[in-house]
Amino acid sequence: MSKPRVAVHKFSSCDGCQLGILNLEDELLDLVGIIEIAYFLEATSKIQPGPYDIALVEGSVSTPHEKKRIQEIREESGVLIAFGACATSGGIQSLRNFVDHTKLAEAVYDHPEYLDYLEKATPISDHVKVDLEIHGCPVNKYQILEAIIALLQQRTPNFPTHSVCLDCKRNGTVCVMVTQGIPCVGPVTRAGCGAICPANGRGCYGCFGPAPQAEFDAMIPLLQAAEEYPNQTVHLLRNFAGYAPAFRNAVDAMLEESPKK
Amino acid sequence: MTKNISIPALARVEGEGALYIRTKDNKIEHIELNIYEPPRFFEGFLQGRYFQEVPDITARICGICPVAYQMSSAKALEDAFGVEISPDVYNLRRLLYCAEFIESHVLHMYMLQAPDLLGVDSVIEIAAIAPDVVKKALRSKKLGNDLLKAIGGRSVHPVSTKVGGFYRWPDKDKIKGLIEDFKWGLEFAKETARWAVGLDFPDFEMEYEYVAVSHPDHYAIYDGDVLSSTGNKVPVEEYETRYLESHVPQSTALHSHTTQGNSYFVGPLARYNLNFEQLRPTAMEIAKEIGFVPPEFNPYKGLLARAIETIEVYDVAIELMEAYDPQGPPYAKFDLKDGEGYGVSEAPRGLLYHRYKVGKDGLIKEAKITPPTAQNYAQMEADLAKLAPKVLFDRSHKEASVALEHLLRSYDPCISCSTHFLKLKHDRV
Repeated sequence: MSKPRVAVHKFSSCDGCQLGILNLEDELLDLVGIIEIAYFLEATSKIQPGPYDIALVEGSVSTPHEKKRIQEIREESGVLIAFGACATSGGIQSLRNFVDHTKLAEAVYDHPEYLDYLEKATPISDHVKVDLEIHGCPVNKYQILEAIIALLQQRTPNFPTHSVCLDCKRNGTVCVMVTQGIPCVGPVTRAGCGAICPANGRGCYGCFGPAPQAEFDAMIPLLQAAEEYPNQTVHLLRNFAGYAPAFRNAVDAMLEESPKK
Repeated sequence: MTKNISIPALARVEGEGALYIRTKDNKIEHIELNIYEPPRFFEGFLQGRYFQEVPDITARICGICPVAYQMSSAKALEDAFGVEISPDVYNLRRLLYCAEFIESHVLHMYMLQAPDLLGVDSVIEIAAIAPDVVKKALRSKKLGNDLLKAIGGRSVHPVSTKVGGFYRWPDKDKIKGLIEDFKWGLEFAKETARWAVGLDFPDFEMEYEYVAVSHPDHYAIYDGDVLSSTGNKVPVEEYETRYLESHVPQSTALHSHTTQGNSYFVGPLARYNLNFEQLRPTAMEIAKEIGFVPPEFNPYKGLLARAIETIEVYDVAIELMEAYDPQGPPYAKFDLKDGEGYGVSEAPRGLLYHRYKVGKDGLIKEAKITPPTAQNYAQMEADLAKLAPKVLFDRSHKEASVALEHLLRSYDPCISCSTHFLKLKHDRV
């Protein structure tokens, strides 16, 4: 059997998630023994034409060119994996979706008219059918490996669906919110990072996006009561995965209740 | 008479870009490096964020050098609030920066630039010829990542840095546990430099104005003043009086130049030329042994500067790890006030400047970030203009594009920070 052909594509992003593949130092040489890297600009100048069996897509769609390119990639790809918070929920650049983008452009550039971009930065699934999502800002590199191996073994990848909270308990990390009153969105955030923020003495800031069964109604009053500065809860949720529907809706509800904040 | 050249992709860089060259009668008429990485508006949406969020947010500008963004931003905000960090915080930040240099430099030397010098497409092909070398390189790169993880929880977008210091001191056993591996890493870094000097670097030189951070006591990475090879030295708060950015139509990256209108060069070769005398004995000994001493004006040899710097940072890291015994709180306490602050440090790919205006409510009023690639942009174009006539007319399209791409790759451009991928379009009219 020939090796499956894998392509890695970049959209609007920081490159940190595809770096996760190059950061598989112990596994990389074995990995390229079982898959063929057919297109991966950050790693190789050898560019092989599609179609590809697996496409890994990093980044969000934020320009007219990207909007067109994702359609082309979908057509030439077997399984399309969106990986990283930008690809799965729009990422940090989707913060512009909540404000007047022209003001942002004016704040950064002398000549906003030179720029060609879409009003909103949006996840890949807003544009094409996505077969699998890997969450996180950045993704956990072992989840990329798990996704590829699971596909080769024709099984569903084993990704956690619980919240960060449970991983703190498993790690033996004492709860920073209960014991120190530090606002932490771990209870509503998807596990996968290893619960590293509480382990480092700070609250989770939600970079893996919403956990599938997050209880926002229960958590938000607790978070608001613990705020260290006004609107901290809004800031925590409206950040790296702020455009993910569950985080977006939770913040919208908060802002509706107190429009001045 | 007319010719169209199109290189569909600049590989092994970070970000997206294109190169357009128009020639007529074998003369360059127009040359334009076009970065079309989407605008991401960081400076815009930092406005209104709480200051303590800034190191986390700016890290996301670049997945390869997030620590540089965390350091320059934390320093700028500490400057705004008048915060003094403790000596132990200072040393731990230097150690964290060493970890990022190892990860980024080894990545660039072996995975991004070496394939050009060996005439292959990727490190995977190098692994087919020399598997042991690649395995060692991967081990060295991993050591950088291991230290990032020990200090920051993870290697990409680490989580421990805050304005004022660190959220907590990293575990002593984890740091000390890496020392023996780092001693191996230091020896491998020497091996790399001895190997790299024998590579067949293209013959190309330019007269550069080098600009880098410079510190009186050591080879600067984390802190210092901004020094130019013209002799001009300014403290960080005067950076914008000498270095300006402008927005050009073909790009989402802003272009920097000096107030005299000149292009300048930041990065490993700039640091090496300006601060060479401050290398520690271990790195200096190897630099002299391989005969790589300034002045050096071949941009491709940035790889050798990276090789010597990798020795330097391994050496510094080992010393800092052996001495690691933090005392007192991991961060300074301070009061918020209205203010403006400046921060500069050396990302692996060059000088990184941040400035913030912040209110006493802790919210950011204005942010200004000047990444290394924006500063090198005009210089990269000038280099291309000099190289292009030498390669465009008497070589095949593929050979010409490889030569031009290699030149750009030697800068280690982080295009996503300004804005990875280059398309050479050559029109002969």
